[in-house]
Amino acid sequence: MGDSNNKMSGARALIECLYREGVDTVFGYPGGAVLPIYDELYSSSIKHILVRHEQSAAHAADGYARATGKTGVCIATSGPGATNLVTGIATAYMDSVPIVAITGQVPSPMIGNDAFQEANITGITLPITKHNYLVQDVADLPRIVKEAFHIASTGRPGPVLIDLPKDITTDEIEFYYPESVELRSYKPTYKGNIQQIKKAADEISKSSQPVIYAGGGIICSNASDELLEFAENASIPVTTTLTGMGAFPGDHTLYLGMLGMHGTKYANYAIQEADLLIAVGVRFDDRVTGKIESFAPNAKIVHIDIDPAEISKNLKVNIPIVGDAKWVLKALTKVIKQNNTQNWINKIDEWKRKYPLHYMTDMSLKPQYIIEQIYEACNDAIIVTEVGQHQMWAAQYYKYNHPRTFLTSGGLGTMGYGFPAAIGAKVGMPDKTVFDIAGDGSFQMNSHELATVVSHNIPVIIAILNNGYLGMVRQWQELFFERRYSSTCIKDSVDFVKLAEAYGALGIRVDKPEDVRPAIEKAIASKRPTLIDFIVECEENVSPMVPAGAAINEILDLEVKK
Amino acid sequence: MKHTLAVLVENKHGVLTRVAGLFSRRGYNIDSLAVGVTEDPSISRMTIVVRGDDQVLEQVVKQLNKLIDVIRVTDIESGESVGRELTLIKVAADVNNRSEIIQIVDIFRARIVDVSAKSLIIEVTGDEDKIKAIEKLLKPFGIKELARTGKIALTRGSKKV
Repeated sequence: MGDSNNKMSGARALIECLYREGVDTVFGYPGGAVLPIYDELYSSSIKHILVRHEQSAAHAADGYARATGKTGVCIATSGPGATNLVTGIATAYMDSVPIVAITGQVPSPMIGNDAFQEANITGITLPITKHNYLVQDVADLPRIVKEAFHIASTGRPGPVLIDLPKDITTDEIEFYYPESVELRSYKPTYKGNIQQIKKAADEISKSSQPVIYAGGGIICSNASDELLEFAENASIPVTTTLTGMGAFPGDHTLYLGMLGMHGTKYANYAIQEADLLIAVGVRFDDRVTGKIESFAPNAKIVHIDIDPAEISKNLKVNIPIVGDAKWVLKALTKVIKQNNTQNWINKIDEWKRKYPLHYMTDMSLKPQYIIEQIYEACNDAIIVTEVGQHQMWAAQYYKYNHPRTFLTSGGLGTMGYGFPAAIGAKVGMPDKTVFDIAGDGSFQMNSHELATVVSHNIPVIIAILNNGYLGMVRQWQELFFERRYSSTCIKDSVDFVKLAEAYGALGIRVDKPEDVRPAIEKAIASKRPTLIDFIVECEENVSPMVPAGAAINEILDLEVKK
Repeated sequence: MKHTLAVLVENKHGVLTRVAGLFSRRGYNIDSLAVGVTEDPSISRMTIVVRGDDQVLEQVVKQLNKLIDVIRVTDIESGESVGRELTLIKVAADVNNRSEIIQIVDIFRARIVDVSAKSLIIEVTGDEDKIKAIEKLLKPFGIKELARTGKIALTRGSKKV
């Protein structure tokens, strides 16, 4: 320290900080206020993926983070660059994904003057970041970056934004990177209270009809092995939320699939008849609980979560345990006693036989069949989705056996998330086959990223389940608005195969069931960015379904209208 | 039900916005909010009077604690604390009623801090009930302007929040 060789610009210091944090890739888009940063990136070993819209940079960082477990990084310029990140940041916030977003800002003296490309991005992102910073002195920069990565990735993870005025990036500092972070006001609780854990164990031993309701928290905390061990040792069936898919092996006999609005009947029935619910890394979201007053009416509830604010937020619970899912499940597994749940499991197996997920098979091309075929062709892929019907089918008909293999915008429900997130996932996990399962509506929200995958040669496979509708909205219009399809028909908006080809990607169209598998095989074998346009049954519904406001056992089978 | 929260926060720019923003976006009602630096210049103390049942209060406290810049949140119970606020009241007064007003001011151990031909400014310190009471008595004379600091509070005895 004090060595004049360590003198460098703020921009250089930023890159140095990223390097020290182990960042190998950033997703971004240049602009005036980040010119000095991009100049440093030019000669840096950190890979920069140039997207075609800043929203995609945030989603790609998110996809990278969810797939790898590392913190994703995105960069945008001031003003519109920064505001374009907003949807991506909000998406990451709702699903607790660790990303660090770096935005350029107008020079410090101009802040507040409505300067060219000025936006108060720390103000705008206040409610959608775990924390954010406006750097006011270049000397604070290393500490702030260190804190940002620490805050983003610990406790309940989430996005952190750093707003960097242009003059800060050109000011010089004596570089020094702090070894550790000292934040007196931020100390997440990892170890659960042992008395509470014992209480939970007591309830487990008394219970004859327990269910584990596991969510994205299991994946955040890398607790899948602990969950499996706990569930097997205690013989307790497991249902997962949308963001919890892959937290428990999809082909396990104790697995009930997803619960909630489009969950399996047997998962929902099990919740409603359970005498004990062990909720881990979940937040009792309305898409899960349906009418909250009648959710798990007979069950005592144990709630394990690292965020104390989630405890009793939506539903009063009996035994709260604040702590890291991994730590708590490990501790819980140690203290549980044998209990006999065989009758309960038999009952659930009976439901599984009676009420399986199903769809009508005929000569037409069914979206569910495509998902099954993707699973058959590649059962260890990373599946990324957009939002809508295809997302639910991807959750229902693919079996996720490993964590970090199903990436989806669960909380915010962001159409357009899937493709850029798939880019991030593929960049982070290059040896994995990555599918973006998309709808024709969602895909068009960020289809310009075809340019990114082609120019960087990122071979993701886009599987569009093309039904010519904004399908989920159309489904609701069919069911609740007398089939008045207001602004949901988007038939023939574009020739997706030609679109793919125009960007230099491989395009394949499939409209017959027998062509599905060969197309998928071809896409995988091509090792090129590939788009498959599956022309599917246009008014297929996602089934079963819990109508909004109903209890989750009031779950209906929907058949396609002829 | 009203609760008085003592919230210790980092004395940095933007922290007030974070706290106020939290209340508005989660739909919590603030009755009053007073902020000032503490004996430690790196820490500010916010005293927030909030209305809500126990469940709302629990959420308010937890959500406040989630903010990175919030160091500690304490629900100060009225029985075990001293709560005060300061109010300035500009009341219409002339030769005819000035002495009557001064009597009221004396009874409340308030002070007159400004006098003009047509008005007086009264400074009164106390709990909410006391301020309400003097306000009620002064009302007939004509209150022209009133400013309140909002409540601040400390727990009794040597215990700190």
